[in-house]
Amino acid sequence: MDLSLSTRTVGDRTVVEVGGEIDVYTAPKLREQLVELVNDGSFHLVVDMEGVDFLDSTGLGVLVGGLKRVRAHEGSLRLVCNQERILKIFRITGLTKVFPIHTSVEEAVAATD
Amino acid sequence: MATVELRFSALPEHVRTARLVAAAVARRAGVDEAVLDEVRLAVGEACSRAVGLHRNGGITAPVKVALIEEEKQFSIEVGDQVPHPAPGGAPGALGDDAEAEEDEMGLAVISGLVDDVEVSAGEEGGLIRMTWPTTPPAALPLN
Repeated sequence: MDLSLSTRTVGDRTVVEVGGEIDVYTAPKLREQLVELVNDGSFHLVVDMEGVDFLDSTGLGVLVGGLKRVRAHEGSLRLVCNQERILKIFRITGLTKVFPIHTSVEEAVAATD
Repeated sequence: MATVELRFSALPEHVRTARLVAAAVARRAGVDEAVLDEVRLAVGEACSRAVGLHRNGGITAPVKVALIEEEKQFSIEVGDQVPHPAPGGAPGALGDDAEAEEDEMGLAVISGLVDDVEVSAGEEGGLIRMTWPTTPPAALPLN
């Protein structure tokens, strides 16, 4: 399964819905999407990963890169994920301390801290 | 020889194929279903790392994956063909810092996931060997 990406605006947040597999082959597409959003002035991103089947360190790298970009504009990057196997990768790499991870898009959009 | 061997051109699009094959062979070998996600991720990390090393080093040789079924254990060896300098050798062989960081991130994930992992490197190339325990399948009744 390939990567699917769609974006929508909710208030001042931009929700990026990601589906499929984020790996060494597909991660560049996600990187392009995040770069494009930041270049277009969207600095508060919510990445919805509920449809993601697979995530590897290349994908983590892209998310960290996205976080760096939005922070340069005092923005935010929040994740939505309830899947244990995906959450595990964030835990073993210590990235749960870096990304705010929410259980729903509504929660992520409403979060301010 | 190994139970199953793969050789693939060092291209990112083939890493998924290696993951799928590795998971299928691991399942047949009796690796616990709950661990298959880890097998898939670990082999993907090792292959992504090898692909990156080959591409950065301009190596046209294929990446090699050996899936080895043994008594009570299942091993995966992912080999690159990039000569690794001995410790203290010429610096900068991995290219710039960003590439080195990505390489380390992949290794960090592997060592976080897999209890039994050996990483070796020599003039011929590097090898990551990962091993999981297996439980032999219960004898199926024959009709």
